[in-house]
Amino acid sequence: MNKTLNYIREKFFSSPIDAFLTISISYLIYLTIPPLLDWMFISATFSGESKKECVSGGACWVFVKIWFNRFLYGMYPNDEVWRVNLPFGILVVSIIVYRFLNEKYKKYLFLFLIIPFPILSLMLFSGGFLGLMPVETREWGGLFLTLVISIFAIIFCFPLGVLLAMGRRSNLPVVRYFSVGFIEFWRGVPLITVLFMAGVMFPLLLPAGTNMDKLVRVIIAITLFEAAYMAEVVRGGLQAVGRGQYDASKAIGMGYWKSHIFIILPQALKLVIPGIANTFIALFKDTPLVFVVGLLEILGMVNLAKTNPAWLGMATEGYVFVALVYWIFCFAMSRYSLSIEEKLKTTN
Amino acid sequence: MENIIQLKQVNKWYGDFHVLKDINFEVSEKEKVVICGPSGSGKSTLIRCINRLEEHQKGEIIVDGMTLDENTKNISAIRSEVGMVFQQFNLFPHLSILENCTLAQIWVKKKTKKESEALAMDYLKKVQIDDQAAKFPGQLSGGQQQRAAIARALCMEPKIMLFDEPTSALDPEMIKEVLDVMVDLAKGGMTMCVVTHEMGFAKEVADRVVFMDEGNIVEAKKTKDFFDNPENERTKLFLSQIL
Ligand SMILES: Nc1ncnc2c1ncn2[C@@H]1O[C@H](COP(=O)(O)OP(=O)(O)O)[C@@H](O)[C@H]1O
Ligand SMILES: [Mg+2]
Repeated sequence: MNKTLNYIREKFFSSPIDAFLTISISYLIYLTIPPLLDWMFISATFSGESKKECVSGGACWVFVKIWFNRFLYGMYPNDEVWRVNLPFGILVVSIIVYRFLNEKYKKYLFLFLIIPFPILSLMLFSGGFLGLMPVETREWGGLFLTLVISIFAIIFCFPLGVLLAMGRRSNLPVVRYFSVGFIEFWRGVPLITVLFMAGVMFPLLLPAGTNMDKLVRVIIAITLFEAAYMAEVVRGGLQAVGRGQYDASKAIGMGYWKSHIFIILPQALKLVIPGIANTFIALFKDTPLVFVVGLLEILGMVNLAKTNPAWLGMATEGYVFVALVYWIFCFAMSRYSLSIEEKLKTTN
Repeated sequence: MENIIQLKQVNKWYGDFHVLKDINFEVSEKEKVVICGPSGSGKSTLIRCINRLEEHQKGEIIVDGMTLDENTKNISAIRSEVGMVFQQFNLFPHLSILENCTLAQIWVKKKTKKESEALAMDYLKKVQIDDQAAKFPGQLSGGQQQRAAIARALCMEPKIMLFDEPTSALDPEMIKEVLDVMVDLAKGGMTMCVVTHEMGFAKEVADRVVFMDEGNIVEAKKTKDFFDNPENERTKLFLSQIL
């Protein structure tokens, strides 16, 4: 008991300033947390079918419950949501199984996940073959759309960013100036402008009669935008790899590409894992901006639902829900990157 | 005797700084040449020009009948015939010792994994670290790392080996184990250019010793002659300091 008291005194009351901070923070917690818990759980309403049931004064989770499918899938037809669930289910299972596979199967599973799997998934989402009802991309929405945009943008922006980073350090002036120009251009414009251009202006530039799906345009825009940030992160890593590594790989006859693939990039990327994870998280959190071209991911769906006359005044519940969903995904990404870092640390 | 390395009137500048001044230098097959000289005299630059880790701006470099110029085919052909060992070892820290030795065999020489591992183990045995094959470079002592780096270069079965101060970064007690490996290699008939200040090594294995100062080769002689009758004042001064 004395030990505990000593511990508390040492850690929380070791000086007047410490004591002051401890007391004020405790007071702040006391002011905020109990009412929040009360609002979220104790006096919240969970059952019911409409706003009328929410009379307890707490959160009205009925709103989220009734709109749940819309928040998850947008306007994707209810009877067809299995076509969304199936690929995402496979993805989750694959990621879990991945940990337990040996190196050889890991490689196969990884290749499957980054090449055929996204294509097959897109086909299933769109339908229009084997008697599957076609679902146009403008009906896609909610968390489903958030994930489609982020996953595809991440898959494409990573290799593009690596190439740009290498290009910026290239000895060939054309390649170097192109990379510098590209990176500085995309870093200099706000994402919301880029999306607007992709959504509204770009179709006007296409030859008449041609058409490119809006979602595709948006994914390309986000990819190019984030690739510029990725490039700068990766460049930091490339600069940290010593000249001796380049010398040694050249001296054993490895050319530019082989040196980079086997020697330089593995070391450079390992150094910048936190920066890469940061870029992916930022990309994920940027997706709500697609509302400017009329695509509604999860936050967009909440904004839509809260203006429904039968559900006015439900904004707080909606935003808390969205915040929670975003936080879970971002936190998972952050933990995943930490675990990769840990793993690479122990192998050498 | 055929000259396997030939430098004619080679000049190199770093910006305004003239590092190599009209260098004429040749090495015949199976010859062992030691290059010495004060720090900053251009020794590293000279041997790095031989496998084109550095480009020269004037003059001609011919290695095994191939002229070093913009022709990238020649460069990669020359690099697969010339092995190099660096002062700082420059092992690949993310790969095991064995992988360090097999990587280029697999991706440059297109050998199978099995073949290249067999050859790598042969050379690792020769430098007496076959028991460390599965470890990563960071887990080895300096002397072991440098021996691994020698094995990595030998795995490409080069005709020529370049050494850039291979023992300068080592603790004194590890220098001998590396020099022993190099002596063995020399006795096996390898063509070698060695930048070093280990004059004992030079006396034991070198056919010729070259002394550089401020970008010039100021003295180049048969080993015995070099130590017994140095002519240039700077060579004499250098030898008096180092011996
Ligand atoms: N990449 C470089 N850029 C500019 N100067 C360099 C570079 N590398 C070496 N030098 C300079 O060239 C001179 C010769 O260097 P180096 O060949 O490494 O000498 P040594 O190996 O004999 O000590 C030194 O004065 C060094 O400062
Ligand atoms: Mg040097």
